[in-house]
Amino acid sequence: MAMIVSISTSGLKRSKWWEFMLRFVLGGLVTAGAGVLSKKCGPGFGGLFLAFPAILASSVTLVEKHERERKQQKAMSGSIRGRLAAGADAAGASMGSIALIVFAVCVWQLLPDHSAWLVIGGATLLWAMVCVTVWYLWKRNLLRYRSIHSSD
Amino acid sequence: MSDIIVRFFIGGLVVSVFSIISDLLKPKTFAGLFGGAPSIALATLALTVISEGKQYAATEARSMILGALALLAYALVLSHVLLRFRRSALRVSMVLLIFWTGMATGLWYVMAS
Repeated sequence: MAMIVSISTSGLKRSKWWEFMLRFVLGGLVTAGAGVLSKKCGPGFGGLFLAFPAILASSVTLVEKHERERKQQKAMSGSIRGRLAAGADAAGASMGSIALIVFAVCVWQLLPDHSAWLVIGGATLLWAMVCVTVWYLWKRNLLRYRSIHSSD
Repeated sequence: MSDIIVRFFIGGLVVSVFSIISDLLKPKTFAGLFGGAPSIALATLALTVISEGKQYAATEARSMILGALALLAYALVLSHVLLRFRRSALRVSMVLLIFWTGMATGLWYVMAS
């Protein structure tokens, strides 16, 4: 079963300096904003914004742009390809969100009685394990579904 | 004020690191996992533990569960619209931010009342 995750620097090479700046500024603004909201409205309301999707919104927009530009270099429109790539990126983010729920439950339950750095570090590790597991199961079922339907 | 500036820089740094890791990975669905990474949460929770204590940070994490549920719905709808209707990613993702805000605050209101 071909299920390869690879590392490639091509995505980084396609990014422009202002795209890195945009992500930095967005990340900084959302983090600062969540802190301000917690102070003004209490941690119960401010905590919601720890899962604000500003980064996902910028990420899918940049993925679409990069894919479109890649196709345009080959004299194709690339508009549809870009949107499909952005859709795949968002599908991955939905699996990451499931793991993010597990992360939040873990921190909420364990933080008051245990070492903060151990809990936050452990919850991050758990996030990585859960999202890779969910992705693996999704990919395996997708490949199985395709192999059944291609043999019909 | 200095607390906000520190949050801005640490938040920007953590989000940038996760974005760079995501840019390095293939396929797209795997790289997309980082769209649901706890980047803002890591920066915020670490700073909150230092400034306000563990109980305060745990309360933020409890509310974050609702935000993450809304994020799951946001990502599922975004993915469906992009893959099926092939609309502009910028437009759809921006409009859906209203959906996320409505769902997250709605869930919070229901749980709080």
